[in-house]
Amino acid sequence: MYNPQLNSHGELIHLLSTESLPARILHQILDRAAGYVAAGDAGEKKHSDLAGKSVFNLFFENSTRTRTTFEIAQKRLSADVHSLNIQASSTAKGETLLDTIHNLEAMGADMFVVRHAESGAPFLIAKHVRPGVAVVNAGDGRHAHPTQALLDMYTIRHFKGDFRNLTVAIVGDILHSRVARSQIHALTTLGCPEVRVIGPKTLLPRDVEQLGVRVFHDLKEGLKGVDVVIALRLQNERMNGALLPSANEFNQFYGLSREKLALAQPDAIVMHPGPMNRGVEIDSAVADGKQSVILDQVTFGIAVRMAVMSILSEARA
Amino acid sequence: MITLIQNGRLLDPASGHEMVADLYLADGRIAAIGEAPAGHVADQTLDAAGLTVIPGLIDLAARLGEPGGEHKNKLQSELRAAVAGGVTTLCAMPDTHPALDEPGLVQMLRQRADGLGLAKVLPLGALTRGLDGTELTEFAKLRDAGCVSFSQADAPLADTRVLYRAMQYAATYGITLRLRPQDVRLASGGVAHDGQVATRLGLPAIPSVAETVAISTIVILMKDSGASVHLERVSTREGLEMIAAARNYGLKLTADVSINHVHLADIDIGYFDSNMRLSPPLRGVTDRDAIQHALLDGTISAICSDHSPVGNDDKLLPFGEAKPGASGLELLLPLVLAWAEQKRVPLAQALARITSGPAELLGLESGRIAVGAPADLCLYDPHATWRVMPETLLSSGKHTPFVGMEMRGRVRHTLVGGRLAYTEPGAA
Repeated sequence: MYNPQLNSHGELIHLLSTESLPARILHQILDRAAGYVAAGDAGEKKHSDLAGKSVFNLFFENSTRTRTTFEIAQKRLSADVHSLNIQASSTAKGETLLDTIHNLEAMGADMFVVRHAESGAPFLIAKHVRPGVAVVNAGDGRHAHPTQALLDMYTIRHFKGDFRNLTVAIVGDILHSRVARSQIHALTTLGCPEVRVIGPKTLLPRDVEQLGVRVFHDLKEGLKGVDVVIALRLQNERMNGALLPSANEFNQFYGLSREKLALAQPDAIVMHPGPMNRGVEIDSAVADGKQSVILDQVTFGIAVRMAVMSILSEARA
Repeated sequence: MITLIQNGRLLDPASGHEMVADLYLADGRIAAIGEAPAGHVADQTLDAAGLTVIPGLIDLAARLGEPGGEHKNKLQSELRAAVAGGVTTLCAMPDTHPALDEPGLVQMLRQRADGLGLAKVLPLGALTRGLDGTELTEFAKLRDAGCVSFSQADAPLADTRVLYRAMQYAATYGITLRLRPQDVRLASGGVAHDGQVATRLGLPAIPSVAETVAISTIVILMKDSGASVHLERVSTREGLEMIAAARNYGLKLTADVSINHVHLADIDIGYFDSNMRLSPPLRGVTDRDAIQHALLDGTISAICSDHSPVGNDDKLLPFGEAKPGASGLELLLPLVLAWAEQKRVPLAQALARITSGPAELLGLESGRIAVGAPADLCLYDPHATWRVMPETLLSSGKHTPFVGMEMRGRVRHTLVGGRLAYTEPGAA
């Protein structure tokens, strides 16, 4: 099947989703990131991979952390960085999304890093950019957040070594989570034999088991024996209404507490894509506990984003 | 004047009769089959050797862009697209600007359409004023002005009470209502069928229950009010089962589907192809299979084009922001032929769903090839293949899920009331 992310040589030309990316590419990204981490540890932070390249960060939806880590990564690769905050929806502004893109291309853009509230927006952009211009999905609707998932894979590989004996549990609002979808695809591609999703029925999308996961509604049952626990952010607007009666009830039944974490493997790691709602999906005792690798995720995130953009800049036309 | 259509393969979908014979037309009707009417000589002859002659297509739902698109001459482009697709009669959807909610607007549309001399236009009146869902329009006056039925198009009714009153009032005049079964709240915010594909793509979903809950409400109110209802664009397997049960119970309930839903399912969305953004959404593969089955067992009596021209500015957008709809008038016939071929459906049975089936629903004399029937005819080459290219479509809407695909079956001539309304450029 046609894969808009790869060229005819099988090289990465856009990073839009972790779905249908071969394991070879995933490992290439993680290995390249490991190189940047090692270089950084040796005091070598600055690289010239993107020297002379114009990278545009287009955030049609709010983000502070993801945008900042992308900017840091771009600057460490010596790119010319341009960040645009386009809060109003593209249509409300009068200019269409593709008009915006074509204008920036005319200014000499080599790469777009895009966050958009609509699932699939980066695919539309990738379909319409000039050959040689790369698109990186920095989060689209509920669909995908591939660099987040890749930094999560880096973190898991860093602490656990291999994916092929791991049980990973993803807990909380799967329905609205682009992070969860990207994690599931990356984990299954990397050979993780058991990925679990745990949540109430209102927060699990239909037929989610078709993505290759085991579904649990009982957190305690789902956490038994797992090696990695990933708590997802619960958006404020989901906490009260028809999806969930209250944040408090969610915390009681699906929040990660020390007591519930004890059901996982003793050496299980705890991850969270951030920003955290302490006392809702995760208790402070867990977030700050010795099994938490949440800050490591942030650190690795820069190296992983450097790796992605570096690899994209190398693809043959 | 007598027109002779010579050597064509005549196919009457209603009876299944098929033969190579001459067809004589006089006074806008079919005058004779085989032998010339006594004492008459043809004034004009159309060579139909190698062509199949069928009744002109009758399309239960097309959007013509008028009122509202007069400055772009929308009516002309869409009606030209209709005859180029072999469609000789079509129902015009009322979701225009303004909506078709006053007799004057309806008369004006009919006059403009008649003046073009292309396909016949049967207006559907807006069920509520401005399609706002609260106040009924003047059904009886609008009917007298030419509306064949009343519909909300994709707009919701305010509540169940309005639906109930509309059904009671329509039943007073023996009017069949057209209803799109969709519970607006269950569908709220959704852009794709609630299934594996929407889950994978992270698209806000419209569950099947949005349709079935609406059908169950309609069926219950039909029993109470005695109204007769035609359901527009059914899309789910469960919905079709409910319709079949209601029909068995004896309710005057009929249904149609769009040609898109006969061929496509949610998996065809691929990587967020906004040409697949339709309303109702493309459902699952089992739903599509159920639709094909229901077309054979008679639960669904008509396939419509659901023609909705959408411009680039509304379509070249992220999937969820793109306007639903696709161009379909020029594709209806070849897509029905493709369905017949792929699923080994007898040709006459397949064609009945776009000719005699909808004719029966509308109470028309057309839709068949018989002496005395209106000379609304489509002559097509069953072997000609062509590729769907946006620039060669006559409709102002260039977006279709079938873009780039090869079609088999090409309309060569379309006659409306015995008059040539279309001849393919280059065809003799």
